[in-house]
Amino acid sequence: MRYFGLIWAALYRKPVRSFLTLASLFVAFLLFGLLQSVSVAFSEGPDLDGVDRLIIAPKYSIIDQLPLNYSRQILQVKGVEVLSHQTWFGGTFRNGRSFFPRFPIQPETFMDIYPELVLPQDQRQAFINTRTGVIIGRSLAQKFNLKVGDKLPLTATIWENKDKGPWEFDLVGIYDIPGEEVSDAQLFINYNYFDEYRLRGTGLVGKFIVRIDNPDRAAEVALEIDTLFANSSNETKTSTEKAYNQMFANQVGDIGFIMTSILSAVFFTILLLTGNTMAQGIRERIPELAILKTLGFSNVSVLLIVMSESILMVLIGCVPGLFAASAILPGLAVSVSFLAGVEMSAFVFAQGMVLAVLLGLIVGTPPALRALRLNIVDALGEHQ
Amino acid sequence: MDQPLIDVSNVSKTYSRGKMDVPVLQELNIQIEEGDFIALMGPSGSGKTTLLNLIGGLDKPSAGSVTIGGQRIDQLSQGELAKWRSKNVGFVFQFYNLLPVLTALKNVELPLLLTGFSRSERKKRALAALAVVGLADRAGHRPRELSGGQEQRVAIARALVSDPSLLVCDEPTGDLDRATADEILDLLQVLNREYGKTILMVTHDPKAADHASHCVYLDKGQLIQESPK
Repeated sequence: MRYFGLIWAALYRKPVRSFLTLASLFVAFLLFGLLQSVSVAFSEGPDLDGVDRLIIAPKYSIIDQLPLNYSRQILQVKGVEVLSHQTWFGGTFRNGRSFFPRFPIQPETFMDIYPELVLPQDQRQAFINTRTGVIIGRSLAQKFNLKVGDKLPLTATIWENKDKGPWEFDLVGIYDIPGEEVSDAQLFINYNYFDEYRLRGTGLVGKFIVRIDNPDRAAEVALEIDTLFANSSNETKTSTEKAYNQMFANQVGDIGFIMTSILSAVFFTILLLTGNTMAQGIRERIPELAILKTLGFSNVSVLLIVMSESILMVLIGCVPGLFAASAILPGLAVSVSFLAGVEMSAFVFAQGMVLAVLLGLIVGTPPALRALRLNIVDALGEHQ
Repeated sequence: MDQPLIDVSNVSKTYSRGKMDVPVLQELNIQIEEGDFIALMGPSGSGKTTLLNLIGGLDKPSAGSVTIGGQRIDQLSQGELAKWRSKNVGFVFQFYNLLPVLTALKNVELPLLLTGFSRSERKKRALAALAVVGLADRAGHRPRELSGGQEQRVAIARALVSDPSLLVCDEPTGDLDRATADEILDLLQVLNREYGKTILMVTHDPKAADHASHCVYLDKGQLIQESPK
């Protein structure tokens, strides 16, 4: 701290150069904050992994559907306790500006299989009994200022209804997922109403979910289910919920890779730019550093001063960049639907800070070592 | 007889330039008493600055010993030498060598960053040193806002601030006009006479040397003449 004034003053030596370097760092960390937040949001672990839950999905593509009448045969498989199903609804809400997953489900069995979804008994019953009923997670209700009793219109993107108009739902419940660090940003629709009112695809579901009595038999049960429908026109692929969700995670992992590649390119450029600025700055200040040593500053002190300058410079660019990213993200989420709910977490902020310190260390090391090895007599001799 | 403040004994200094060894000082002996004001003169390349660097602890001899205040500084490590310099020597250079981004006050305060003084104590002492050189009213100015003579005064204040017993000055008036140079030399004289500082000054200027109490002449790395005034 004693040398802080000295370190800080060095940034003012060439104000224009410092400003331009800081501006580049600001943009780099702004990009980091945005892209890394998106990457983290997409690569977050599966929402609800149950060891006793199996997912029965179409074998070849997730956009295929399975006949609802498979459920009778699946329920007869030894070890299957409860069966439910889930279908991707798609659709848009409020002019398509807000994206969140929406699924028609069979309320009773689904909530039996997913006890993590907690909602008051009266709302649970209302969901079961109300054909047009939907429930949403608390975070969504707060975000869109929705309350039980509200009408919830959705415009179809996949499933047109028989009137070829918007779907009108009634919000009958708001659920929580207590004790779990998972997203509750989903909307569940009563399947029976959905199935009756849709224009096509009646009797089809996206996937089945079953709860089994013994997780140790999961592989055996999965094989038995898939064997039931082998060589049919709708073959199935049954896997544990964890494996199924992991498959999705791997797909979005590619997005993470793309983001990481972009960031790597940005930071490599910044590394060269900042490294050059630091090296140039130190080169110009050789006599000043020699004077510090003449006055009695040790080699290590001078090394630390140069290193601190480098880290300080990167941090000054980094912190506003990260704050700007966190300020911009909510606005982006409003205008870009697939970014809905993406926020900059403390984890991403911490990652940015660590990256800044690392960047500062990397770009500061060569000039700091030069300062460390600086010979006073030679340096002053060149200057005189 | 009292031990001299500076005792340079059989000192040789050879620099390596590529494959060639260039001898700069050869078995040189010189003693300087505490409170002396010595002008070190001689033609370019005679070894004046090299001798100054050895006495100021900026460099080490190839052979011989350099004892300052009873301490063999040629045997100190780089770290020990840095600490020794901060406590015992003040430096004044021809081109002032102030840090352009710092105010006069902050420049003078620099050596005190190595002490345990509080921030307010550092400021107080730096202001006092600026007052000694007559620049207390310029404390908030940056070097580019000062004249050459004022910059050199700030450099002298910086050399004084940690109250060293020895000041080494390498051509302190070499970049100044006659009138300003005389002011600086008068100031050095005051520091020598009134504050008891031992001063070793390299100069080419006989008029500057007139301000010293002794002149020492070097040629080809050897002491050729010592002349008391």
